[in-house]
Parts: sequence; structure tokens; C-alpha cells
Amino acid sequence: MPISDCDKMVDIATTLPGLKLKNPTILAAGILGETGASLENVAKAGAGAVVTKSIGIEPREGHGNPTFVETEHGIINAMGLPNPGIDNYKDEVESIIGTNIPVIGSIFGADAQEFEILAVEMEKFGVSALELNLSCPHAKGYGAILGHDKEKVLEITKVVKGAVKVPVYVKLSPNVSNIAEIACAVEDAEGDGIVAINTISAMAIDIDMALPILSNAIGGLSGPGIKPIGLRCIYEIKAETELPVIGVGGILSGNDAIEYIMAGASAVQIGSGVYYKGIGIFSKVCQQIQEFMDAHSYKTIKEMVGIAQKG
Amino acid sequence: MPKKDNLELPRIVKILDIVEENPDVKTIFFEDDFEAYPGQFVMVWIPSVDEVPMSVSYLGEKKGITVKNVGKATSSLCKLKPGDKIGIRGPHGTFFEATGDSLLVVAGGIGIAPLAPLMENAHNIGKQITLAFGAKSKSELLFINRLKGCSRELNISTDDGSLGFHGFVSDLVEDILKKQSFDEILCCGPEIMIKKIADLAKLNGIPLQASLERYMKCGVGICDSCAIDGFHVCIDGPVFSGKILSELADFGRFRRDACGRRVEL
Repeated sequence: MPISDCDKMVDIATTLPGLKLKNPTILAAGILGETGASLENVAKAGAGAVVTKSIGIEPREGHGNPTFVETEHGIINAMGLPNPGIDNYKDEVESIIGTNIPVIGSIFGADAQEFEILAVEMEKFGVSALELNLSCPHAKGYGAILGHDKEKVLEITKVVKGAVKVPVYVKLSPNVSNIAEIACAVEDAEGDGIVAINTISAMAIDIDMALPILSNAIGGLSGPGIKPIGLRCIYEIKAETELPVIGVGGILSGNDAIEYIMAGASAVQIGSGVYYKGIGIFSKVCQQIQEFMDAHSYKTIKEMVGIAQKG
Repeated sequence: MPKKDNLELPRIVKILDIVEENPDVKTIFFEDDFEAYPGQFVMVWIPSVDEVPMSVSYLGEKKGITVKNVGKATSSLCKLKPGDKIGIRGPHGTFFEATGDSLLVVAGGIGIAPLAPLMENAHNIGKQITLAFGAKSKSELLFINRLKGCSRELNISTDDGSLGFHGFVSDLVEDILKKQSFDEILCCGPEIMIKKIADLAKLNGIPLQASLERYMKCGVGICDSCAIDGFHVCIDGPVFSGKILSELADFGRFRRDACGRRVEL
């Protein structure tokens, strides 16, 4: 190979605590992760890692339909954390453990004790890392209600860290007045990283019926409209903590991913993008990242992480 | 999945007419200008009750869905009156395509809903249609006059023998296939029945298209509720080829409940 071509070679691999990713794209929690076969498809489609559906102690149906509605700039869902329960999930997750990419187990509990039980079980299944869902905005008693309270975040992260060896990431809600403060609680508890952002609390009303469309009235907004908010959150978190961050929110293209990386993300997650672009989005985003790096003479992802941070 | 022009949110439509097809089944007609192919479904929003996938049973200017009263959502639909409003999202999913000249259409009960418009369209372009229509009992049959008009041969089976062949429609189909061959089989009904028909189609070397049903939430391929071995009934189905069905380990055996648990059919 001519030397000039060698110079152009870019490496889109990225590393986070406990995770060596062949590329920085990760399937976000809640999308296509209820069954093992679907996770396998996402792996085959080129994702660098996959996050499972958020799994709780007991089987849970979630909210009644409608659970999904699209708006001009994003989609709103109020699935309500449906999942088969940790015991039934074993078969799903085990079918993809040990294949070519890391599997990150997402869990949700009502308190630190539930999180501890789930974390220990998920680790036994063989996941490479855990993601604590402290941010779902539409399930009573779970998710954001805990994640809005920095004391709870500190306690839950600490308990889980003390119970498992795999790295522990905490997924944060943007529906707080100071997200960096919550991220600092994760850092104080010796959590390994932050995932931000979860969906933004939102709703849609049908003016003909004069009713909220979602059965739960309130859901979480994701998709292109939330990207600027996600970026701002990553930027604020990176200004206050040393923790590695996985960026998520409205990524549909390589350029979107690079924005997140420049704000401080070491990797990105894609969720709603699967709706907008199909499962091919993972390889497409990777290709676009590669092209951008090529054109702008970046050789590694690391070079770009956080370079937009001022001061 | 490429992004569609229309946003995925319910269009509010007014119910024009309601036709009682049999004691448990009603067809709800409404005006909506979407274009759908036979086999596709819409997500029907019954405000304050539920949103459920329903096959489109009439595809003309007046659209129709044909509803069997089996649970909370469908019983609410069956109580609606002309002038009431419902929300419609879609149409979604794959559809039946009559590619051969001689078709064997196999329906079990309410499974006739997506097949009736397929038969009408195929009949209009000169296809030869043999129908095997099974139901538990005579009183569960529907659309009979509509189906007579577009089939060369109409075979009926009832589990209780109240009309036509006494037994399962799969046994009737087995008999039919001993006497005749077809370019393809198009099928919808209970999955156990579809599985039997799929086995017969394979045995006789006849291509099959069949429509499956699964619990659905988003209807757009992202929530994984309607997953079957990595396929999603909402976007990869509901109509699958016999070839794909033969590769699905869960087909004819397991479904997912609302929690995502794998449970026996």
C-alpha cells in the first residue's frame, strides 16, 4: 500500500472502561433489545456494542397502547419499561454473549437493593458492562424519579459498584436543572461512566379528540429534535467530571456522532435513528465518521473527544 | 426502514357505517384517503381504551376494518356507532401479492379479513381463485356473498360440521391438494392452522404467503414487542413467505406476551 494511503487510514475503534469497541456506535437501551435475535441482528448490522432492553425484577407489561407517537422533530414513547423480568431474560441475553461485540446490560429497579440483585444477575449472564437506568421519564417509581435525586444516584451507584466487577455506567435524565451535578454523584460513587441523555419528558395532544395521544399522557421525546439538548448535557458533564461519557440523543448521521464526540463523548448510542434510517444506520454512521476523519486528518476517535470544550 | 412522508400519528376519522357480519364480528367503515395493499394493517386508536393493529378488509374509497370481539379493545370497537371517531395510523407492513394464475386462498375464521380484498383484486385481473374457508361453526362465517363473487370454487369447512366439510380447514386443504395443484397458496388464520398449511404447501412444492399476528406496541419496527426470531411482524410482516416461515423456530410454536416472555401459542 502506498504511504500516502497509509497516512489516510483512520481508526474508529474506541475504548471505554471495560469496553473495547471496534467502532463508537452502540445500540441504545429500549430499542430492539427485548429479544436476543434482534440484538444479534444489530450486531450483524455493524454496531460496536449493544445495550439490552432495561430489565427489572419481575415481568412487566408496561403501559397500554398508544405507547408511540411521532411529532415533527422526534418521536415520543411511553412504553413503560415492558420487559420479561431478569430470570426470563437469561435466554435472550445469553444467545448473544460471546459473539463479536460487547453486550451492555441495562437494568432498572425501585431502590438500591433491586439494582443490586439485577446487577449481580446480569453480570452472571456474562455482560461486559452494566447501564443503570436512572432516567426513564414515564414509569412510576422507577428511572427518573431516582435519577433526579443526586443522593439516590450516589447510593444506587455505590451499592451496584460494590456488588459487581464489570464496569457500571449510569444513564442520566436531561429533565433536571443541573445534569453535571448528577454526573458528579456518579463520579463520587466511583461509577465508571455516564450515558447521556435519556428521553426528554414530553407529550402530544390530539386536538380533534381533545386528549393526550399516549395512554400514559406523558412519554419521552427522542430523535433529531433533542440533539442540541444532548450535546449541551454532554458538554456540561465533561466540564465538571473526568468520567468517560457515552453520548445519546438524536444521532442520525456521522456528523451528529462527531458533534457528540467533540462535546466530550467517547462513544455514542443510537436509538430512534433505527426508526428514521433502519438498522443500516450503524454501518452508515461509521462510514460517515470515517469519511469525516479522513477529510479532516483525524486518525483516532480519541483525538476528537472533547475538543470542542473551551478552556 | 425509510422515513415516510406522513408522521406516525393517528389521523382522526369518522365512522360512516357499521355492518354486523355475524354475532361476534362487525365491519367498521370509515373515510380515509390512504392507499393500502391487501394484507397490510393499520394501528387503530380507540381513544382512552387502546391502540391495536387491524387488517384493512376494504381498500376502496371507503376503508373498512373487520373486528372480532375478543377482548377489551375489540369489544370497545364493536360498541362504536356511526359518527363516532377513531384514530388511524398506517397502513403498515408487507402485503399479499398474487403472482401466479391459479390461487388457493386458505382462511381460518376472521383470517378472511385481509384475504377478501386480495381475492377481489386478483379476481378483477383474471386470476383463478379457489377458496378454502374454515370456521368453528356456520355462524362464524362471514363475507360469503362477497367471496362467492370472486372465487371459482368456494369450499367451506366447519369444526362442528354445521356447514360444508366436517373438520379442520387443513384437512379440507389436504383433500383439495390431492385433486388439484395451484401456483400459490395465500393464507391467514390461527397460527396453528397456518403451520399446517405451510407444511402442506412445502410437501406439495407450492409457494406460500401467510399473515401472522403478534402483540404490537410501536408498529414501526423499534420496540421489539412483535419479534419472531429476529423478524418484526409490524415491518417485516405481517405477510411472510413460506420460505422465511420455514426458517423461524418460533413459527407455529411460540409467541411473545406483552412483557416479551416467550410463551406457547
